[in-house]
Amino acid sequence: MATMEQEPTQGKVGGLVVEDLGVMITGKDIDIVNDIDLVLKPGEVVGLVGESGSGKTTVGTSLLNYSRAGAHISSGKVLLEDRDVLHLPWQQVRQIRGEEIAYVPQDPASALNPSIRIGKQIVELLALRGIGTDASRLQGARDGLAEVGLPNDDEFLSRYAHQLSGGQVQRVALAMAFLPKPKVLVLDEPTTGLDVTTQAMVLDTMAQLCRTHGVSALYVTHDLAVVANIADRVAVMYAGQIVELGPKEQMFREPAHPYTRALLDSIPHLSQARALTGIPGRTPAPGARPSGCRFHDRCSFAVDACAQAVPELHQIAPAHDVRCIRAEEIGHWDISRGTVPDSDPDKAREVILSVDGLDVFYGRKHVVHNVTFDLAKAEVVALVGESGSGKTTISRSIGGLHKDWTGAITFEGEPLAHSARQRSAVHRKRLQYIFQNPYLSLNPRLTIEQIVKRPMELFGLASGKEATDRVVELLDQVALGPRMLKYQANRLSGGERQRVAIARALAAEPDVLICDEITSALDVSVQGSIVALLEGLRKERGISMLFVTHNLALVRSIAARVEILQAGRVVEAGSVVTVMETPQEDYTRNLLSKSPRID
Amino acid sequence: MSAEEAAPPPDIAPAEPSTFRKAMGQKRFVVGLTITVLLVLFVVIGPHLAPFGETEVAGPPFSKDGVLGTDYLGQDVLSRLMYGGTSILLIAVFGTLVGMVLGILVGVVAAYAGGWWDEIIMRGNDVVLSFPQILLALVVLTAVEQPTAWILVLLVGISHAPRVARLARGVALGIVTRDFVIAAEALGEKRTRVMLAEVLPNMSAPLLAEGGLRLTYSIGLVGALGFLGFSTDPGAANWGQMIQENRLALSTQPWAVLAPCW
Repeated sequence: MATMEQEPTQGKVGGLVVEDLGVMITGKDIDIVNDIDLVLKPGEVVGLVGESGSGKTTVGTSLLNYSRAGAHISSGKVLLEDRDVLHLPWQQVRQIRGEEIAYVPQDPASALNPSIRIGKQIVELLALRGIGTDASRLQGARDGLAEVGLPNDDEFLSRYAHQLSGGQVQRVALAMAFLPKPKVLVLDEPTTGLDVTTQAMVLDTMAQLCRTHGVSALYVTHDLAVVANIADRVAVMYAGQIVELGPKEQMFREPAHPYTRALLDSIPHLSQARALTGIPGRTPAPGARPSGCRFHDRCSFAVDACAQAVPELHQIAPAHDVRCIRAEEIGHWDISRGTVPDSDPDKAREVILSVDGLDVFYGRKHVVHNVTFDLAKAEVVALVGESGSGKTTISRSIGGLHKDWTGAITFEGEPLAHSARQRSAVHRKRLQYIFQNPYLSLNPRLTIEQIVKRPMELFGLASGKEATDRVVELLDQVALGPRMLKYQANRLSGGERQRVAIARALAAEPDVLICDEITSALDVSVQGSIVALLEGLRKERGISMLFVTHNLALVRSIAARVEILQAGRVVEAGSVVTVMETPQEDYTRNLLSKSPRID
Repeated sequence: MSAEEAAPPPDIAPAEPSTFRKAMGQKRFVVGLTITVLLVLFVVIGPHLAPFGETEVAGPPFSKDGVLGTDYLGQDVLSRLMYGGTSILLIAVFGTLVGMVLGILVGVVAAYAGGWWDEIIMRGNDVVLSFPQILLALVVLTAVEQPTAWILVLLVGISHAPRVARLARGVALGIVTRDFVIAAEALGEKRTRVMLAEVLPNMSAPLLAEGGLRLTYSIGLVGALGFLGFSTDPGAANWGQMIQENRLALSTQPWAVLAPCW
């Protein structure tokens, strides 16, 4: 059993108790999650952290007795005040959902009905159940919106979801969830895709509401840094099991499970550059999970005994449980492990690409204003900003993917034409673009070999057998085996696809890589290994990189210089150390203070 | 495998099983395939197995002689049925092919070119689309004295093309904005190659479905033209023409009409 410190049963036990929960694939003897024990105390926020495929969302929805099509809840109990949600008749479960256990989905923009006005949508549940009168419901909606810091006049209530910003929509969803005064709240990555300042605001609102209303919350996320800011306790999931569970401070100071440590090692810090590392291998899918400890095949501390039996979750410190037989033997961990000196701000620079007075337009809309910066050989320059700051637009203009711009982009002294088609083959070859979403950037109908080979054929670098050998070499460089050659892209995981995309860019033997948020669609451990890979390429091949990101902590670890963008203008620029240690602009300071951090 | 080949290249995983193999695992596909193959076999082998010749008189008109009786000239309905499918099926298949190729070409080019070109091509397409399929065919057929097979093929193809083009453009629009197409652009691939190698292969599923649907329409269209008397050879057996010839005796010898319908 997990946490054993339930309050003595005085009348009703508040919160929610999950015992031995298991979810299986229907019709097969394959578990998606199993052996989940968790206690949510009233007013407490528990962070449930895991990478994609760990089963964290499955656990989240199981608390409402819901499982996706193709899966069913096979065992366990979810006790809400001594009622087992999993074994109640469906009418009562329906009653509990929303009223007592509320759910805030990942993407509220798609969860809110686009054709119902906000005011009506917020009270939809109450109206459906006939709770209160029209007037009292309207008052409730107004109070709820005020609580989440949104306007509550008639004008706002009559808006549709698409007339709100992402952060507003998420806060409307929060107000909606809190309106029936639920006892338990399940939040499924509610801030993914929001800017850091908006995210900070939503998180504050949520934490405050939970505490004032005594609501217990399960915060499901992949982002350890977010959890470090809001959760009271943290549960780390891997391959369908909780591997570590403990109070937040302890989890970040003394993580005991090798997986937790590896995750923390792959997260960049705001205060210091780090040599990020990934976790070798990939998260096993349900049905392909190894016997014994499910992490043993990727664990650097594994011994033979690890493969024998599934370790039990056992207590190593008060309220701190770990599912590892060697937890006590593997020594201490230090959060500053892996820090490296920041890149030297005074290093001599040999400029290879310079952007001078760049203005970019979308039709009549002027989106980027007079941006000037340059990029030196073997240097990483980061473009940082929130959504709408123009960072991707700038990178696309440089890459020749957007042609409606004025100003000068010079590559080794030669001006670059506006669109890729107008540029010379040499320019196209030497400047390579890597896209944000690896699920869209590889043609699903081609094999990996065809994809990586194409730039070589196009630029006449190699062909036939020789090209195939080069492909194998490149795949090896990006840590993919030759096994993948004949695979189609859809058989690969996100991290593997992004590596193929990098291999494709490298196949052209470029001098400059333009990386557009290339790690934001990936898990942190995968991000860690991709960053390590890019750092190696920079050092060995002297490739320069323009690194577009919204993650300031990542900038600290990867870049030498940084351009902070706001609404299409550079507000602050300079070496990473200078900008991050002594920010001059309020905007930069605000970004830095709102960024979630674990250090 | 011989001993010399004992050191294979480091394990390269085999390519995916072919789409056909995967499809054979599905019951639906197998049933559909069986029906199609049986029909095609009937049409192809039929003329060789027919008990009477195509225009041979087998008995008095509209009699019950033979399996399905005789028609208005006393020809055997079963034999006519077996002979009559070939021309319809061939014209329909080729007509559909022509229509699909034309339509896909127009649709993909419009979606890929975008902007004004897209507008011009698709509005032109709308004009062609506004002619009723059968009317367009009738106008042309009344103008020529004796239609040949290729005129029918072209007519069927042209009447399908604008409809296919609308679908192809819709599907292609969702693909041309995807990053892998932009990546090919950034590499400077030829435009034709971007369309053929990057865009087209990703449209196969909806296009195949559309192709199947268009084929059934084609058969109906060619049959209808035959019924209206526009077939390549007035004497030859043709399912559409057979219905027309024998409709007078629908009450006494229904098979002569029903068999070709079926």
